[in-house]
Amino acid sequence: MADTPLLEVEALVKRFGALAATDGASLSVAPGEIHALIGPNGAGKTSLLAQIAGTLLPDAGAIRFKGEEISRLPAHRRVRLGLARSFQITRLFRGLSALQNVSLAVQASCGSSLSFWRPVASETALVAQAREVLAQVGLEAREASLSEDLSHGEQRALEVALALATGPQLLLLDEPLAGMGAQESAAMVALIERLRGRVTVLLVEHDMQAVFQLADRISVLVGGRVIACGAPAEIRADPAVISAYLGDEAVT
Amino acid sequence: MRAPVLSALWPLLLLGMGLAFPFAALALGQEFYLSVAARIGVYAIAATSLNLVLGYGGLVSFGHAAFFGLGAYTVAVLSVSGVGSGWVAFPAAVAVAALAALLIGAISLRTRGVYFIMITLAFAQMLFYLANSIKAWGGDEGLNLAARSAFGLGIDLGNDLHFYLLVLGVLTALLVALQRLDQSRFGQAIRAIRLDEIRAESIGFPVARYQLLLFVIGGALGGLAGALMVNQQRYVNPNLLYWTQSGTLMVMVILGGVGSRWGGLLGAAALLLLEETLSLYTIHWQFWVGWLLLAVVLFAPRGLAGLASWRRAAARARQ
Repeated sequence: MADTPLLEVEALVKRFGALAATDGASLSVAPGEIHALIGPNGAGKTSLLAQIAGTLLPDAGAIRFKGEEISRLPAHRRVRLGLARSFQITRLFRGLSALQNVSLAVQASCGSSLSFWRPVASETALVAQAREVLAQVGLEAREASLSEDLSHGEQRALEVALALATGPQLLLLDEPLAGMGAQESAAMVALIERLRGRVTVLLVEHDMQAVFQLADRISVLVGGRVIACGAPAEIRADPAVISAYLGDEAVT
Repeated sequence: MRAPVLSALWPLLLLGMGLAFPFAALALGQEFYLSVAARIGVYAIAATSLNLVLGYGGLVSFGHAAFFGLGAYTVAVLSVSGVGSGWVAFPAAVAVAALAALLIGAISLRTRGVYFIMITLAFAQMLFYLANSIKAWGGDEGLNLAARSAFGLGIDLGNDLHFYLLVLGVLTALLVALQRLDQSRFGQAIRAIRLDEIRAESIGFPVARYQLLLFVIGGALGGLAGALMVNQQRYVNPNLLYWTQSGTLMVMVILGGVGSRWGGLLGAAALLLLEETLSLYTIHWQFWVGWLLLAVVLFAPRGLAGLASWRRAAARARQ
């Protein structure tokens, strides 16, 4: 890649007792690409993502975002820098509408929230921006529904909307297709496809069909280490990857 | 949904009813009830300040008496040291309570759940024993005010009506501020944090900082309630800092409605009026209050403030 990477993970280590969840993982994500991170169960994908997002602190190694070392920054500061995440298990604000959910994310990312008197509802620009994000993920008709009343697929879309509403340059998506039916999956793949070029995506996903369809590049994580990185065609042909992970279910 | 007219006019309604009350009490020759109402008001302010932390913030603090008591002690210690101006003593009480909340919060908020409950309790108990052992503060006998805080302007806090009106004014202002806060950016951020801390952090809210700020605001308001309290009784003793005081405030919040704007006022009124009436008949009034608390927790978990919408909620639950 000629561009300087947007995100660079270098020799990252995270141990839980004797177990190294991340064992010298290195990774680089170029601006504008959709970069998939795949690997068998227990390979440490979620741990790696948590360290990039800031909910888990690494024991060693570096994480650079836009050239800046961020591995010690608290999670909310990373969001302000333009690094947002979605969760593998849906985490929405229950009891609030879809629009209120997204409005909170817009609010959190624009200006200070140390305002104690003026109602947020009077900030028309904020609400308008939240509506725009809802429209991006196709939930504009559901803005008044409580988040827990949405269908599973809609909840997953709202999950992505919360991350998008923070105006990220890099979006970390943790298994956005988890638990989805064929139709819902297709809608989510189309949504991620629409994000291409506008926001850089690091995608953790088990659905190989979706991964090979979406990814510009793929990194393969096995035992807490990245064993291969390349274009989908290279990954599919890589003997180490096939033996470690893809095996018989290699997508044709 | 509440009628919009009511939601805009309630402060006037509360003020109107509050202002009418002294005339009714005086007309009926029941001036005694003026001081009962003022006591309810003071506890309503204290319980509301705890509700801000416990209900709005979701932080179960079991040491709120620390701030209530520190506010009271600040006024008392200033008073016996010759500082009698309310314009100095009240801000000082608020500042001391806020500073204590900053220190206690900065440490306690590193923990969660039952540890947070215990560490806030421990800090309050430390202050209780401290107050017991400092002879200059009267030790376990407490301190008498040299005089009630002086505000000038013809205000005399020793006058039941004046004191009552001051409490009514402070309480109304607090409830208006709380309504505004709830809809403001900070209020929304606090709601997000209460609902899901990790999610709130991951959309960019500095969770720890906002929780600490909320804790400090709650502590400062607790100190204000304490400053009022000491001016009513003209006296402080370490029991104001004892853990049962924290428990009383917590019972008020639960009885009135956790996280509800009216919870503190309703809970304080219910508990203190029950105490007034039941204690006429039995010294074991707390036994009966216990049953009531049990009933509220089991059947009306949103407290007295939630009873209005209780049937609606029940109908939703049946669906």
